[in-house]
Amino acid sequence: MNMRFYRTTMKEEGNSANRPSNTAFTQQRLPAWQPMLSAGVVIPGFLLIGLAFIGIGVGLLITSRSIQVLELDYTGTETSSPCYQCTMSNQSNCVCKLSFSIGTLFKGPVFFYYGLTNYFQNQRKYGVSKDFNQLIGDVSYFKSPSSDCQPYQRVNGKPIVPCGAIANSMFNDTFKLYQIINGKEELVPFDGKGIAWWTDYNIKYRNPDYTPLKNAFNDTEKPVFWTKPAYELDTSDASNNGFINQDFLVWMRRAALPNFRKLYRRITEGNYKDGLPAGNYSLEISYNYPVISFEGTKKVTFSNVSWMGGQNEFLGIAYLVIGSMCVVMSVVMLIVYAKFRFPEED
Amino acid sequence: MTWRSPLALLRDAVLSQKAREKELRSLVSNLPFEGLGKSKQPNRFFKPNAIKTNKYTPLFFIPMNLYEQFHRLANVYFVGLAILNFIPVVNAFQPEVALIPICVIMFLTALKDGWEDFRRYQSDKKLNNMPCLIYSRAAKHYIERRWKDVRVGDFVKVVCNETVPADLLLLHTSDPNNVCHIETSNLDGETNLKQRNALPGLCTSLNVKRFLTFSRNREKPDKEKTGAGIESLLLRGCTVRNTEHAIGFVVYAGHETKSMLNNNGPRYKRSKLERRLNVDVFFCVLLLFIMCLIGSLGHYLWLKNLSDVPSFLVSDSKGHLDSPSLSSFYMFFTMIILLQILIPISLYVSVELVKIGQIFFILTDVDLYDEETDSRVQCRSLNITEDLGQIEYIFSDKTGTLTENKMVFRRCSIMGKDYPHKENANHLALLEETESEENVIFSQSSLSSQASRFDEDSSPVDTHRHGSRHRSKMAVNRQSSMAFSSPLETQVIPDEKLLQQISRSERSSSGISDPYMDFFLALAICNSVVVSMATTQRQRSLSVLAKRTGSFWKVFDSPKQNGSSTSAHKRSDDANGVQPRALDPMTLSARPAAASGDVCYEAESPDEAALVYAAKTYGFTLLARTPNSVTVRVPSGEELVFEVLDTLAFDSNRKRMSVLVRHPITGEYVLYTKGADYAIMELLGTPYAGDGQQKKIAADTQYHLDCYAKDGLRTLCITKKIVSSREYQSWLADRKKALAAIDGREELMMASAVQLETELTMLGATGIEDRLQESVPDTITALREAGIKVWVLTGDKPETALNIGYACRLLEEGDLVINMTSVVFQVTCVSILDCTLEEVRRYHEDPRNVDTTQKISLMIDGDTLAIALSPDLQDRFLELAKRCRSVLCCRVTPLQKSRVVKLVRDKLKVMTLAVGDGANDVNMIQVADVGIGISGQEGMQAVMASDFAITRFKHLKKLLLVHGHWCHTRLANMIIYFFYKNAAYVNLLFWYQFYCGFSGTAMIDYWLMIFFNLFFTSTPPIMFGIMDKDVSAEMLMGVPELYRTGQGSGEYNFRTFWISMLDAFYQSLVCFFVPYLAYQGSDVDIFTFGTPLNTSSLFIILLHLGIEIKSWTVVHWIIMLGSVALYFIVTLAYSAICVTCNPPSNPYWILQNQMADPMFYLICIISTVVFVIKNQKKVSNVIMLPLQIFCWGFFNSFFFCIFLNFYSTLFAFLIFVFFMLKKHLHTRVSSYQKNTGDQKL
Repeated sequence: MNMRFYRTTMKEEGNSANRPSNTAFTQQRLPAWQPMLSAGVVIPGFLLIGLAFIGIGVGLLITSRSIQVLELDYTGTETSSPCYQCTMSNQSNCVCKLSFSIGTLFKGPVFFYYGLTNYFQNQRKYGVSKDFNQLIGDVSYFKSPSSDCQPYQRVNGKPIVPCGAIANSMFNDTFKLYQIINGKEELVPFDGKGIAWWTDYNIKYRNPDYTPLKNAFNDTEKPVFWTKPAYELDTSDASNNGFINQDFLVWMRRAALPNFRKLYRRITEGNYKDGLPAGNYSLEISYNYPVISFEGTKKVTFSNVSWMGGQNEFLGIAYLVIGSMCVVMSVVMLIVYAKFRFPEED
Repeated sequence: MTWRSPLALLRDAVLSQKAREKELRSLVSNLPFEGLGKSKQPNRFFKPNAIKTNKYTPLFFIPMNLYEQFHRLANVYFVGLAILNFIPVVNAFQPEVALIPICVIMFLTALKDGWEDFRRYQSDKKLNNMPCLIYSRAAKHYIERRWKDVRVGDFVKVVCNETVPADLLLLHTSDPNNVCHIETSNLDGETNLKQRNALPGLCTSLNVKRFLTFSRNREKPDKEKTGAGIESLLLRGCTVRNTEHAIGFVVYAGHETKSMLNNNGPRYKRSKLERRLNVDVFFCVLLLFIMCLIGSLGHYLWLKNLSDVPSFLVSDSKGHLDSPSLSSFYMFFTMIILLQILIPISLYVSVELVKIGQIFFILTDVDLYDEETDSRVQCRSLNITEDLGQIEYIFSDKTGTLTENKMVFRRCSIMGKDYPHKENANHLALLEETESEENVIFSQSSLSSQASRFDEDSSPVDTHRHGSRHRSKMAVNRQSSMAFSSPLETQVIPDEKLLQQISRSERSSSGISDPYMDFFLALAICNSVVVSMATTQRQRSLSVLAKRTGSFWKVFDSPKQNGSSTSAHKRSDDANGVQPRALDPMTLSARPAAASGDVCYEAESPDEAALVYAAKTYGFTLLARTPNSVTVRVPSGEELVFEVLDTLAFDSNRKRMSVLVRHPITGEYVLYTKGADYAIMELLGTPYAGDGQQKKIAADTQYHLDCYAKDGLRTLCITKKIVSSREYQSWLADRKKALAAIDGREELMMASAVQLETELTMLGATGIEDRLQESVPDTITALREAGIKVWVLTGDKPETALNIGYACRLLEEGDLVINMTSVVFQVTCVSILDCTLEEVRRYHEDPRNVDTTQKISLMIDGDTLAIALSPDLQDRFLELAKRCRSVLCCRVTPLQKSRVVKLVRDKLKVMTLAVGDGANDVNMIQVADVGIGISGQEGMQAVMASDFAITRFKHLKKLLLVHGHWCHTRLANMIIYFFYKNAAYVNLLFWYQFYCGFSGTAMIDYWLMIFFNLFFTSTPPIMFGIMDKDVSAEMLMGVPELYRTGQGSGEYNFRTFWISMLDAFYQSLVCFFVPYLAYQGSDVDIFTFGTPLNTSSLFIILLHLGIEIKSWTVVHWIIMLGSVALYFIVTLAYSAICVTCNPPSNPYWILQNQMADPMFYLICIISTVVFVIKNQKKVSNVIMLPLQIFCWGFFNSFFFCIFLNFYSTLFAFLIFVFFMLKKHLHTRVSSYQKNTGDQKL
């Protein structure tokens, strides 16, 4: 039945019903561009790329060189270090002072970073250890934090807010910078606003809608390592507390590599708006954060930034090298080409 | 349905199993039990006719499909990994998310399976609901039911042109001779009619009720046993033709029918490339294992180095930390999960998609389309397209493959006298010419004869021309798909001398027993040609007649060109009896064919048809054939009806067939035998004892046969034997025994045939030409240039084979042909092999012959081959054959063909291709790596067994050289690229482990990683695999040597795989360390760091493909640019929407932030360019080419190597320098810090 039907339709359609359609696509004859790399394209191409790269490289290198960086290690492993005594055990509220001087004006705005080495914020289990629902201010998760937070989920039966290892291990050294003018210490004002990502501060992290904020934290416990609960992180500024505390936000954004620095403050105010003038300075550090145990170091960094971020010469050098390689290659190719060119390749 | 006890059900189940398993089945008619419950039915144990080929039911689709899919090792692996992810101590990602890729892949596969199954279900349903007629005792006549209602034991009536619903034992037909003609094109594709006989003695009336008890023991009502063989079985799926109705008893139904049992579904072949692919997947597993081991070891060392528990080390809930060794053990599994995509999960799916695309392009190629038969190339196996690009040996059949298999009667020798049929030869040559200049002739003829022929038609000249041309084309189109009766075959111009001879012997009174008459009677009778009558309701009768018009046309036109042969043509016109006016096929078809004397022959082999037509030319027209009689009109106009006593059918062992008839005039029992000369000569009546005349005839005929064979003609001997009545009676008794036998029937039948075929009298021989197909020499030359060795395996005589060999340029003048024919003893064979081998070796070792191509060909016949293929000689034989450019095997059996192919394939480890058109090539086609069937004249058995089916041999050239090459390079490059892509991407994660304490952290959001593989970088390689063209089709056809790149291990081999893996490692190094160095010591966070990595790896991976792509079409551009656009759109959207989703990554606003930062672009550009520059070996090739030409030799290669490594070395140096610089800076800073303390900067 089926077959018969097929036969008749075949007949009606004529004798080339099966003929494939003769289109450029089905016959694989679509117009095609074949990238033929001839000397006429390659040599100028290389030259152009090379020159452009050299240009970018020079620009990058100059920019990078123009950035001033001052790095001060204050781990205190060496006995000569002013913070050496703070590394001794059971020293709480240890304060040490680091003195340094600046020869020329450190152009502003100056960014003040703290840095850690050998600190693996990118540990997988460490990275998981937080509860996003707490951090967007969902009070119901205050009572029962996510199991991801273990072992920093509960203490003494009470839920920890904010829970988890990241929050728990928050960096808690504090710094005060004094300029020594005529033997007197003048406090350099730090600007702690806007150091975290805008999206973190405004969208990703929210405080619960309680006034005072403290009430939201009833029946919860502060993280084990913390000395103050989350709602008292910044005693000077009430709005800089809870989960939208700038330092907290900066810490919560985990560093990609084990040697990292994080923005602590900016120096943008008062006499220091244009930068740190030459002179002697003293940095008062309240030394709390332990790093000796894992052979880590702590440091502070003063730096000004450019459009390309902080100082890094790698990119500039890389661009320069690649660029000059291209130029050299194009020259070599030109010589080879000129000497051994095919007669028919005119 | 009445309630039945479970016990009864169980018993029934066991019984039905038993009943089905029994070799012998006893069947009882259902009629007495009509209307009774199911438990009373005698045949309830047999399967009903309803078929079900779909695998799944809606309810159990999911579990069954899952079960199917888990048979694939890859799926098990990925699901295993996903499950591993649910174990808390080892998980690397959120467990639910890790399930996504495998779920997507399995969902797609399930969707595909489900769709295919639904299609099967629909076709089953359609089939099951087809109408059929079943006898009902209650209604006392046949009532219309559905196919699914047919049960074993029913009586079914099939009317003309209907399909048989189940395997039926034929009981009665409308034909007076109780035969039924069937067409089996649905089963084996053979379009000629086959005859089936009703069970003799069982049914002479329509009273079916007489056979209430009927068993497979075939007892007649009088209890005498009757044998019934395949000739009275109508198989399911056949179509009844030429018979008004047929009634049969259902013996097998549904899934137990022959056609369903043979239906094994599509064959699965695994291509060479895929086998290689699996090896490399294994290597990837190994690599993964090593990387994970490094990871876990690194984790162990890292943990060991921590003297205390730092705050970033997270313990378990009880505050307990695992020991370093235990946690590194866990880490091993975490690493496997993290780096799992090193084993490309989507590779298998992509390869399948690519193959579908490649097949699409093969199918749509106009060059592989055949106008004449209106058929395209067929791809029957869907997964070995790339094997077409790696063929090293082709084994070809001759008849129908290299030749047309349109047989033309050329010459004959009767009673030792040769009749060369010169006019016929001229005529054929002329026709050939006519065909090629068709256009010109038609325009001429329609102009000149317009008035006479188209006077009633008033349309303009152009239309005539077009119309007539079209019609003739149509005629040509039809002819090859229909019976073997092309105009060429039917038009035999008789030899004048032979005509005179016949008319002389006719006039003589002894005409009846004249050897000349006997010769043509033998031609007309001794065959299995069926005569189609005009009453047949086959639709094709119309087209056959239309074709006749076409043939007539040509004949009619040719005199205009060549007046000298007009008389001959006129005669043939008259013989045809078609009037010039009757041009319209419709008028023709309306006329009864019998009246016009224009009978149609349907032959199983074209040779037979050619002989019958030849006989017809000389006035011996076969008019009708029934199982018991043959009607022949002799030249005198008399119609003789020969009673056929028995037909000893052709088989490949005897190589002959015989018909035993009773002469209507003399009443003698005459046995006419025709067959291959070597099968006949030894059966001739002892020539030494007989008179000298007989001996001389035999010798002369043998001489003529040899001459014919040298001309490339196919030869047949025609003999006769007069059997005495006594001899016949004694033979008949044996024959009956053989017929009734159930065990060993075949052997007995053959023995009885051999018993009769002795002491034959030679009548003569025929020479039939089988013309070479168009462009065969070209194709063979091109294939040879492509480095493919062509072997021809044929059943023909050595002389014929040799002739064809030269004709198709397989052998060339000046070739050294090693002849190994008619070697009988093994010792001889050994010595010949050893001698020639020695000679050939010496030839090769001769320094003068180093550069000359070997021009040695081997010719071997079946008997010698049998010796050469013996286990202790086959190595030497292969050694010799390997050194020969071409090998010709003649007189080989189908089994030998397959043995040769198998031997070459297994021993030489090469890719073999077998091409053939007939049932005798099926073995060979199945054995070869790639089997190609030619859908030609000899039915479809070869096509059914093949992987690809083409219509002409010349199509092989484009199929292999262009499509084969493309498919191979495309797929090979695609697979290499796929491995590269995954390795490059995974290694990014691996390098990061060195900076995160080997803790299994991913710096790229997991969703983006999934998307990266599933969406952003999945379509470009598929498109690449389907559409890339490394060399244009014209180039590939013009320069066949290009094909050699695919031979052997091809473009995808051990070396290319590892090079691409090294490439991947290198590129991932660049891609990771450029951002690493750029961001070192900064305040970058994990996922911000990952974004440029992800982006630049996307660019690098796509650019790598861009360099691989040889020609860019619109599709390429769209897909490549689309992938980049998709990446940015999806990632931007994802990081805009996802505020708290997917912890811990939290991609919120990261890409947006990054895209506002110029560093991001600078990093992406530099990583990409460093990669591109390294890949400039292609660029440098362009420049270096002139240099290579001039400094060929040591300098060149030395310089070139340096050049290639230049960039890589330079980059390594650069990194080194940078590190040194960095260290220097570092020491400077720290020394500064030390020195100054509180001094000036």
